[in-house]
Parts: sequence; C-alpha cells; structure tokens
Amino acid sequence: MIDLIKQYWQPYLWGSPPNHISGLAMTLWLTVASCVMGFAFALPLSVARAAGPSWLRWPIWVFTFVFRGTPLYIQLLIIYSAIYGLDFVRNTPGLGAFFKDALNCTILAFTVNTCAYTTELLTGAVKATPRGEVEAARSLGLAGASLYLRIILPSALRRALPAYSNEVILMLHATSLAATATVPDLLKVARDAYADYYLPFPAFGIAAILYACLSMTFIWLFRKAEQKWLRHLPTT
Amino acid sequence: MAEASAHDITSIQVRVMNKLAVENIHKRYGETEVLKGVSLAARPGDVISILGSSGSGKSTFLRCINLLEQPNQGAIWLDDQEIKLRPGKHGMLRAENQKALQQLRTKVSMVFQSFNLWSHLNVLQNIIEAPVHVKKVPKPEAITKARANLAKVGLNTDVEKKYPAQLSGGQQQRVAIARALTMDPEVMLFDEPTSALDPELVGEVLKVIQALATEGRTMIIVTHEMNFARHVSNRVVFLSEGKIEEEGPPDEVLGRPKSERLVQFLSGNRWHKDT
Amino acid sequence: MSGYLRQLLAGIVVTIELASLSLLIAFVLGLLGAAAKLSPNRWLAMAGSAYTTVIRAVPDLVLMLLMYYSVQNLVNALTDLLGQPQIDIDPFIAGVSVLGFIYGAYFTETIRGAVKAVPRGQLEAAAAFGLTRWQTFSRILFPQMMRFALPGISNNWQVILKATALVSIINLHEVIYAAQAAIKGSSWPGGLHVLFYLSVAGLLYLALTTVSNFVFGYLEKRYAAGFERMAR
Repeated sequence: MIDLIKQYWQPYLWGSPPNHISGLAMTLWLTVASCVMGFAFALPLSVARAAGPSWLRWPIWVFTFVFRGTPLYIQLLIIYSAIYGLDFVRNTPGLGAFFKDALNCTILAFTVNTCAYTTELLTGAVKATPRGEVEAARSLGLAGASLYLRIILPSALRRALPAYSNEVILMLHATSLAATATVPDLLKVARDAYADYYLPFPAFGIAAILYACLSMTFIWLFRKAEQKWLRHLPTT
Repeated sequence: MAEASAHDITSIQVRVMNKLAVENIHKRYGETEVLKGVSLAARPGDVISILGSSGSGKSTFLRCINLLEQPNQGAIWLDDQEIKLRPGKHGMLRAENQKALQQLRTKVSMVFQSFNLWSHLNVLQNIIEAPVHVKKVPKPEAITKARANLAKVGLNTDVEKKYPAQLSGGQQQRVAIARALTMDPEVMLFDEPTSALDPELVGEVLKVIQALATEGRTMIIVTHEMNFARHVSNRVVFLSEGKIEEEGPPDEVLGRPKSERLVQFLSGNRWHKDT
Repeated sequence: MSGYLRQLLAGIVVTIELASLSLLIAFVLGLLGAAAKLSPNRWLAMAGSAYTTVIRAVPDLVLMLLMYYSVQNLVNALTDLLGQPQIDIDPFIAGVSVLGFIYGAYFTETIRGAVKAVPRGQLEAAAAFGLTRWQTFSRILFPQMMRFALPGISNNWQVILKATALVSIINLHEVIYAAQAAIKGSSWPGGLHVLFYLSVAGLLYLALTTVSNFVFGYLEKRYAAGFERMAR
C-alpha cells in the first residue's frame, strides 16, 4: 500500500501540470467548468421557460425532460462514442477535432446535463417569486429586462441556492464518469492504481476520501453562501 | 410497614372512597419545578374543573395522571388500586411495566386541546382503533358502541366515513369525545377541550361535556370557561405556580375568592365571560 | 437486428428488477438509519450520522467499484485458500447490494424528515389510548409518514433507476450492455449504428422514468385523499 501511495500520490492530487493534469485537480476542473457553463446557459433558458412564448417554452421543456430522464452515462456515451462514430462528424475538420478529444466530449456532456437540471431548478425558483413582489415592481413601472434583472432574478437566485448547492455536489459526484471516457480524473487514477497493484481498498479508498473532502468543502462553501444571502428569509 | 398510624388508616379510607386519587405530584423540567406537590381526589361522579393562568402547571398535572408526563414524585390510585411507579431515566417515575401502563390508559381516557384525531383514519376507524387493538373488543361490538357514542355527541352516521380534515373543529372535538367514551373509561380527562375552537363552535362541545357530567361520569377538566366551570362542575381547583391555591365548590371558589392571586385571575378573565 | 433489439428489451427487465430490489433494500436501510438517527442513544445517532454523511459524500461509481473489487478480491483469496476454482461475483447481486447500501443513506434522510413531519399530537393520542409502541409505529406513525415520504421516495427511485446504468460497467447484462454488444456486432453506413442503439437505450430509460412519474403522481394523489380541506 505504501508503494501505491508513493507512486500515485501526485497523479491523485494534480498529475503533472500544466499539460497532464489528473486526479483531484482534473475532477475539480471538470466540476467547475461544466457547472459554470451549464449555469450560464440555464439562466436565459429558465427565464424563457418561465415567461417566454410557447414556441420557446416547449422545446426547452423537451430538452430538460430528455436530459433529466436519461442516465448521464448514456448521454456521455452518445456524445463520446456515437457522435464521433458518425462518419459525417469524423470527416468534418472542426467537428472531428472537437469530438476526438475525450476531455471536450466529457465536459460537453456534463455541461448539457447540469444545464438541464439547473434550468428546471431556476424555472421553479422564478415561478415561485411571490406575486406581490412582482406586482409591486410592475406598479412602479418596472418591466421587461430590468424587471427580471433587478427584481425577479436576484430573488429567484437566492431562493434556488439550497437546491443548486445540491446540484453542484451531485455534479461533483457525476464527474467520476469521466473515468469511463479515459479522462484522467480522480476515479481514473484510482483505477490505474488498482490495475497496477490489485489493492482495491487503498486505490479506491484514497479516491473516496478525496471526493469526500471535496464534497465537504463545497457543502461548507454553500452553507456560508446561504448564511450570507438567505439571511432575509424568516427562520422556520 | 409494621403498624399503621391513624394517618395511614385515614388515607386508606380516603383512597377507598375515591375513584381517582393523585398524591403529591412533583414535576421538574430541568431546573424549573412546574408542579410543587399537587394532590387531588375524585369521588365517583365528581366533575372537577381545574383553573389557572398559563404556566400554572394545570395541563402538566392532568397529563401526569395518565403518565403522558412522568412526574418526579407522587402516587396514583385508581379505584383503590395503586398504580405502582418506579424511577426511570433522570429520576422520573414511570409505570412498573408496559402492561400496567396500558391498563391505566384504558381506564383513564383523555380528550386533547388539539383533538389529535388520527388524520389518516376516518371517524369510525378513529373511534374503534383503541377498543379493538388495545382492549381486544371484537370489531362488530366496537362499531355498535362507536355509533351509539357518535349519536350521544350529536353526530349522525353521515360523518362515519369522513376524515378529520373534512370536519369542523367542533365536530372533530366531539368525535374525539366519542373516541374517549368508547373505551368505557372509569375517569375522563379533558385538557382545555374548547381552547382551540372558534367561538361559535365552543357551545356545541360544552353541551356534550355537560351531558356527560349529568350522567354521573367522573371527569377532570382543565378549562378557561368560567361559566362552564361554575355550572357543570361540583368542585373547582385553582392552580397557581405549581400549587393548589384554592379548592372547593364552584360558588365558593369563584364567587367568594379568598386568595389574592385568585382574585386577580378572576378579574382578568371577567371580560371573557358572557354575562 | 431484431435479435439485438430483443436483447435490449430483455435488458429493461433486468434494469427494473435491479432498481426495484435496490429500492426495497434502500428503504429498509433507510428505516433503520432513521431510527438510529432519531434514537435517544447517542452512539446509535452518531452511527446513523456517519452512515449518511460518509456515503453521501462519495460518488456511487467509486463506492461501487470499491465494494465490488474488494469483495471479489476477498472471495478470490478465500477460494485460493481453499483450493477451489475462482468464483465470480454475480454483477446483479453486486449491483443490488451496492445500490441498496448507498441509497439507504439517502432514504435515511427522506424517512427522517417524513417522521419529523408527523404532528406529535398524533403519537400522543396513540399513547394516551394505550397503544403499544409497535402499534403506534405500525398503525399511526408509518401510514402518516409514508404520505410525507412519497415525494422523496419518488425522487430517490428516479435516481436509482438511472444509477443502474452504472452497473453495466461491472458487466451486468442490462440495457446499456446490450446496446454496446449490438454496436460491436453491427456496422451501418455512416456509423449510424452507434447512435441508433445508444439512442434506443436512452429512449428505453426515458420510457421507464416517464412511466414512473405517472405512477408516483397517482400514488401521491391517492395518499393525499382524506386530507383535502373542507371547503368553507
């Protein structure tokens, strides 16, 4: 076991940056990148879904329905194997290069998935804005973009914080799937260590501990955020 | 217990005469002593009202009688049988075994301030639940009794299949009384039975309780309803800060209060009374 | 081709069986875990807390591989010791055990919340009328707790259903495994076979989650019967 740790501790934590990031650093990168991009797209999508015309609302609903109703693993397989498996994609220069890279496919799959969940989450939060607050804003002449940007979204984002923190933690866990697409994340390093030494407990146990540390850190960060931004809500 | 003193003999006599005798109940919550030695004796057919301001310990005392609260000290006699208590966790007293506790609770029924009807059962199921599963009464017999008691509290068979959430507060409390009645209890305890009701519904429940009183049931009622206490009970107990301040026939206690605190309490409640 | 599609459909049956059995085990573990966390015994409460905190802090794929390989290694060591031929752990049993154990932690939280949502007065009345502790639990607490637990159970079910996809990684012959076998055995123009079979797998899962949605929606409505407020 000591040899395992001695040989693999660096890959577990960060690999050899900047070209060969692996392990915890890679997992962190996967989580943050997909959550940030997913959230960025989810914001306009959720507004459109909550308040847009039906020709906008329905496609977005189908999008969230499909991506929340199927396993992430299948979504990853489709983006990683199926799309690149299409001759059409392989032969188009830009597309081919993009989908050839495992990391791109993985981040794309994760981004789309978290975007679907976040859209649904934010839509719910927007719809739950107390009617009185919206009416008051409208009666004061606020409308359209500024109504959303200054009144509805700030309120909705705070309301969505507990549910979104849950989503981020789940996303952190979900990134372990990257190992199945040969991306050198934390689980992949654990699998490599196992393949090398056949000691499952140290190999996967170390990964488990590192994931747990990441989870606890995220939970702590979100709790601080909730304390700061949800102070205005009455305590139950 | 070599020789019985004169005091003991008198106590025994007193206990034999009583349906329910509760002696020297002490109850502490942490550092605060809520009941500081409260005793009560109820003869068969007694209707005793317990009055007092909030925090006086009256509900706690009532709940000690059927051991929903565990007293730190005291004794309970029901029909000349002592309910043996032994010390449990943190020095609080509990029944000596589960069977004895069950026995006590089948003979002493309680009606709660917030009704506490089981929300997933309909009215009939609520009433027969304990008789069937605790007293092992055969179901058909329990249903017959239940229907009779429903009629007694002024509800007809239409409500049988309804769920508590579909009834008004007054109806729910009357079902709760029917539920307590169907256990054929020796003593009935009422914990502020009308305090959670809208004013216009209070009357229907008080009427039912009054009818039960005239039947000769032994009842102990914690209440705020002064007029009711005056007209229906044959004894009134005023509890203040964990001790019995005054006790006696209603006209005496309510009409000619002796202690300072009782005078204050009555004057504070005067404007709630309808004259 | 129809042979491959038939295999995929057979895979659904395995998926449903795996998910249902895991749900059952997870629910029972959830009851035990909630009892532990709500118990006045400090050690039990801490054990329950450790269970939920640790399990929910680690990805299910990591736990699955950890448990699978550990037990397989143990079994191998045993068979070597006894001079017996190697036994391969059945991936279905492995999947059920792991998923049941992991989601037991999530169910512990669901059930704990549901138990706390039942008004104390309900249980007080049960005690006051002489019901034993078991009677109070089975006849009063459990039915009411289920009403509050249903949304959480429905949610956990959906998660477990999708988590079964991971068990294909340890070679369980469910939907994805069948799709991958179909892909290996076919070759369509334009490489469409990969997209086709994986999409079919996806659609099958989508069908499962949609049906589950309807079933749980119906159940939630039925359990709420009797709780509608009287129109005043």
